[in-house]
Amino acid sequence: MIQYILRRLLQVIPVFLGTTLLVYFMVFALPGDPVRALFGERPPSEAVIVAIRQQYNLDQPFFVQYGLFLKNIFTLNLGVDFTGQPISASLARVFPVTAMLAVEALAIQAVFGIAFGLVAGLRKGKLFDSTVLLASLVVIAVPVFVFGFVLQLVVGVQLGWAKPTVGSDAEWSTLVLPATSLALGSFAYVLRLTRASVIENMNADYVRTATAKGLSRPRVVVTHILRNSLIPVVTYLGASLGGLMGGAIVTEGIFNVPGVGQKLYQSILRSEGPTIVAIVSVLVLVFVIANLLVDLLYAWLDPRIRYEK
Amino acid sequence: MRFTRTSKALGIVAIAALALTGCGAGGGSNDGAGQSAGDPNKVITAYSNEPQNPLLPANTNEVYGGRVVELLFEGLTSYDPSGKSVNALAESIESPDGQNYTIKVKTGTKFTNGEEVTAKSFVDAWNFAALSTNAQANSSFFQSIEGYEAVSATAKEGDTEVPAPTSETLSGLVLKDDSTIEVRLAQPEADWPLRLGYVAFMPLPSAALADPKAYGENPVGNGPYKMAKEGAWQHDSQIELVKNEDYSGSREAKNGGVTFRFYTDPAPAYTDIQANNLDVTDVLPTNALQTYTTDFPENHLNKPYAGNATLNIPGYLPEFQGEAGKLRRQAISKAINRDEITKVIFSGTRIPAKDFTSPAVDGYNENVEGSDVLKFDAAKAKELWEQADAISPWPAGKTLQLAYNTDGGNKEWIDAVANNLKNNLGIQAEGQAFAKFAELLDLRKSKTLPGFARAGWQADYPSLYNFLGPLLRTGASANYEGYSNPEFDKLLNEGLAAKSTDDANAKFTEAQEILFQDLPNLPLWYQARQVVWSQNVTNVDSGWKGVILYHNITAK
Repeated sequence: MIQYILRRLLQVIPVFLGTTLLVYFMVFALPGDPVRALFGERPPSEAVIVAIRQQYNLDQPFFVQYGLFLKNIFTLNLGVDFTGQPISASLARVFPVTAMLAVEALAIQAVFGIAFGLVAGLRKGKLFDSTVLLASLVVIAVPVFVFGFVLQLVVGVQLGWAKPTVGSDAEWSTLVLPATSLALGSFAYVLRLTRASVIENMNADYVRTATAKGLSRPRVVVTHILRNSLIPVVTYLGASLGGLMGGAIVTEGIFNVPGVGQKLYQSILRSEGPTIVAIVSVLVLVFVIANLLVDLLYAWLDPRIRYEK
Repeated sequence: MRFTRTSKALGIVAIAALALTGCGAGGGSNDGAGQSAGDPNKVITAYSNEPQNPLLPANTNEVYGGRVVELLFEGLTSYDPSGKSVNALAESIESPDGQNYTIKVKTGTKFTNGEEVTAKSFVDAWNFAALSTNAQANSSFFQSIEGYEAVSATAKEGDTEVPAPTSETLSGLVLKDDSTIEVRLAQPEADWPLRLGYVAFMPLPSAALADPKAYGENPVGNGPYKMAKEGAWQHDSQIELVKNEDYSGSREAKNGGVTFRFYTDPAPAYTDIQANNLDVTDVLPTNALQTYTTDFPENHLNKPYAGNATLNIPGYLPEFQGEAGKLRRQAISKAINRDEITKVIFSGTRIPAKDFTSPAVDGYNENVEGSDVLKFDAAKAKELWEQADAISPWPAGKTLQLAYNTDGGNKEWIDAVANNLKNNLGIQAEGQAFAKFAELLDLRKSKTLPGFARAGWQADYPSLYNFLGPLLRTGASANYEGYSNPEFDKLLNEGLAAKSTDDANAKFTEAQEILFQDLPNLPLWYQARQVVWSQNVTNVDSGWKGVILYHNITAK
């Protein structure tokens, strides 16, 4: 088990080097001089340009810049961005916010998706099941940003139940609207996955055995049907966590959440290579670790699966 | 959320009651304007974004840092809402010849850390800003002062090391005593005092020079506002300013403070204003430009400011040389229907241009000789184009490219201009898109664009010269298209050396007549600022530069 985890962690190294090199190259290849872009139509004196270029190593060739970046990463000193802010400080600011948003969205889609899916599966073919199926189809068909705008306009502006944007006070309670709109997209998948899985398991031998030996209905449903039905759902949820963190860029924009997406968007606009690569590196780590956790959960949920060596 | 029938009923009663009391209050406030003024300590919330640089005035060259710094500092002069320069901390600014200036500084004013603002606060700050090793973005604002070459150590393009400056201080800047500054310019410039209200010229306390980096995080100024606390700049989130009670200038705050909330996108800010969750925004999402007057029937503003948009013609294009080139420039200018484009594409949020400057600056003249060329006249345009073709024909099959950057949302109007040219001149014309402004700028600088380029300019200080000198003078810093006309340069110099502003403006107007002959660029329209605000505030207006006058906003 330990060996398996170690091996998986070692895989992170080539993935990390590959993605950062790729992203760094893409930023480097962005057209336009980022230093001149800082000044708009109004050029500063050439000495200022030279000084700034030197400060951020922009006068060096690509591989030297990338090497310096790696050196900084391994000495845990990410340097400063164009505003003179330490990049590590801005990462420490934005990641918790997005993590909160993603976890809240994950919780919403897990709780509601699994609950509705379970009930729909147990009542296969009944009115509730058909209604939920139809509704989930509609939800899948509508893009996330539409939910965002509708929720914002109806709940935030017309009803006034919640603030339409988040801004500086990002807390569990203020993030409900963005988390809901972020969750809605995957919610329908979780629901349908759970439902299909429940239906399949209801006819499984061990469920028939459990019912036959006289176990109570709740016990059959929770320990036998639900637990076994969760295997594919957990995989999906785990894989979507990374997606939620990286994909929150649209939702964060709509609700003005000061998270990773907003920071990334702004850094791209300002051609701030080091910030972009730093954010992407952390996102890569999140993806890899989330996937690792999913695989480990798998083993816990399904004893048939064993990780040898 | 669940509502019982009773709570719904209660809600309706409550809303009705609110509406009734609302009417009552409205009726009662008729008998005294201003009497209904709300809480004078209300903190206004305003749209903004993360400043790009530390908040050192001389290093702040973009709007989001600029609006903060302007509230934190008071300079020798300041601009009134109409763009007139008035003395602020200057007792007097005198010059016998437009080259040697004696500035008397008012005594007894203080920075918010208690340090007195003296002539030295200005001199030290200016020397700091001008010195090239400090890499301040606004350092070129000091180039008129004698000795600038020695402190700026002019680097050439492509240099990788900053050459060491040969002097630490400007030789033309002399601290006479605690309240007197003597300035000698390299050459006479009559409009030099007009620049002193710009942020680059603000005074700094001694702490700033000791540790500029720490100071840029928590600036201490002498303006109508101060930072609310240590760490009031919460990065990527907001900046909190509170009223500076000790301030005694002309821009006294009529509210308790301003909190600038950061938005990377204007759309959520607009929604926030609709929900009264934000007080004021000066950047509207594109789709709101058609609806903001109906969304906010009372609480909106559309006001021209000192900025314009042009279509620049590179000096090296072979088809635009000599007599034929002149005729083609005129033809294209007359083929563009500025009135229609500003009305249809911009919903009236731009104003058709009548000259090369802006109506928001002193000395503006909308009837400069030759400005007829900006009037739409399809028949005349076609005729001029044919005359040009008679001299040297337009290459068969050639498409005129109009370069623009898509990160500023320019596609719609570029397409409209291209259509104007196609329909009215019968030539092929199309937009040439670049993803980023910086990319377009690089190509303009390297003089490799195959066609025209869009450009925009926003004035730093309210002067006609600021629209002409930096953009069109031979070899000027932002003269990317390489226009050069010695006669034009001569008139600019005469204007700068003039004894009075009126004389100077007369010369600048004369210089514009040459521009209308040469048409180095085609003026398109003037910029206007659109502002919307919530139900919670009133007295919202914007100044000559299009910046909201935050200090005047009051609670409702």
